[in-house]
Amino acid sequence: MKKQVVILGGGVGGTLVANLLAKKLKANEADIIVIDRTGDHVYQPGFLYVPFGWEEPANLARPEESLLYPRVKLIRDTVAVVDVKSRRVATEKHGEIPYDFLVLATGSHVHPEEVPGLAEASHHFYTAKAAMELRAALEKFKGGRVVVGVAGVPYKCPPAPLEFAFMFDWVLRQKGIRQKTELHYISPLPRVFPIESVATVTAPMLEERGYHIHTFFNVESVDPGKKELVSLEGETIPFDLLVLVPPHKGADVVTRSALAESGGWVPTDRHTLKVEGPDGIYAIGDATNLPISKSGAAAHFEGEIVAGNIVQELRGEKPSHQYNGHVMCFLESGNNRATILNFDYEHPPKPPAPSVLWHMGKLVMNKSYWYMVPKGRLPG
Amino acid sequence: MPDLSELKIDRTIDARGSFCPGPLMELIRAMKEGKVGDVIAVLSTDSGSKKDIPAWAQKAGHEFIGVVQENGYDKIVVKKLK
Ligand SMILES: Cc1cc2nc3c(=O)[nH]c(=O)nc-3n(C[C@H](O)[C@H](O)[C@H](O)COP(=O)(O)OP(=O)(O)OC[C@H]3O[C@@H](n4cnc5c(N)ncnc54)[C@H](O)[C@@H]3O)c2cc1C
Repeated sequence: MKKQVVILGGGVGGTLVANLLAKKLKANEADIIVIDRTGDHVYQPGFLYVPFGWEEPANLARPEESLLYPRVKLIRDTVAVVDVKSRRVATEKHGEIPYDFLVLATGSHVHPEEVPGLAEASHHFYTAKAAMELRAALEKFKGGRVVVGVAGVPYKCPPAPLEFAFMFDWVLRQKGIRQKTELHYISPLPRVFPIESVATVTAPMLEERGYHIHTFFNVESVDPGKKELVSLEGETIPFDLLVLVPPHKGADVVTRSALAESGGWVPTDRHTLKVEGPDGIYAIGDATNLPISKSGAAAHFEGEIVAGNIVQELRGEKPSHQYNGHVMCFLESGNNRATILNFDYEHPPKPPAPSVLWHMGKLVMNKSYWYMVPKGRLPG
Repeated sequence: MPDLSELKIDRTIDARGSFCPGPLMELIRAMKEGKVGDVIAVLSTDSGSKKDIPAWAQKAGHEFIGVVQENGYDKIVVKKLK
């Protein structure tokens, strides 16, 4: 009998799984449905360049429909709740939709309101709107004390705040106002990056650029009036401009459906990518609780595993695809240079010296993403 | 090393299987929620925890009581001082 595969979320992971399933399954084996609340597919890595005026949000979104194979049905709606007992998802406008297999690809989302004062006092570049507001603030900035960093873990794209820090220093030098600026970098962790081998390389890069580094700085509150940042550890840093990655959470729908642990992350088997507990549910990308970077790259490498295992289960076979934790991403270091982080569960990254080559690699990825990734043309 | 087997533990956080910085972050969350004087134990299989947690406790002004090596994991005990 024909099965129904329902995919929640039309971002990197959801779109890729839908298209891989469309290629692997015969039309009489399954219907494939993607439900996405916006119907737009957003290339979030491009937000990093928006504050500097090097990219426009309009170039970073395309209609999801244009990225899906025709046999995949797109429903533009918000999923309110998943009922695992009856195997149905309730949508706001399209009623209940039954599934045989469900993929949770609902991503991670920023919550500045989690830290008192953060939303009023801090900029960030994790949404198109916030990135444009930061652009306006940078245009006005003529020097002062700037604090860059992270206000909660986990957060998506762990290199992004460092990349911003490096590029910002470079931009200040181009504008001739670097000497009028004091730069600080804060991290809640014992180091500037979650993975030690990357922190060992990037901390000296921050120091070379004149950043004052504050580790173990867990932002407790921000005083927008006094312009002061207070840590749980008892440190206070005054600022003129604040650029902090806000705390992240999983999508509301997974918490509401009792599918998430604290923080809204879905307990997921790190190898099979099956959600722990209910049958027939897989998770991909930022939505999972996997101990790896929340990144488009991880979602990409997970795509083949989720799609492969669903095809096998649907055909009555034992799912045999195993994710090894592979992630590969670039880290911009300013001055048109970048390095690359390539790692998996067993092998930490060993970033090479920053070069123009890896910067070009990142630019090529930014442009070719639309053709290569969602349709599964880039091997996983 | 104090005798940790005799110590009254107010809360135990089982962070086994979680990777750096998971156990440390779970402890920080528990410390925020706890009250002064609480003794909190973190169970961790991540080898970085027994280095990171004492370092964090020192920076944050809490007391690091000790680490016990259990069967395949570490039990790291910290007391909330403020
Ligand atoms: C500034 C920045 C820079 C980044 N740089 C990089 C980089 O260089 N390299 C890299 O690999 N990654 C990078 N990332 C991270 C990357 O964008 C994410 O990790 C990736 O998008 C995760 O894919 P996903 O499919 O899990 O979630 P997403 O792509 O976020 O998709 C989630 C989808 O779910 C939908 N959704 C959520 N809830 C519901 C609901 N209730 N009903 C219906 N639909 C719902 C949303 O509308 C969205 O379309 C960056 C991110 C940012 C913000």
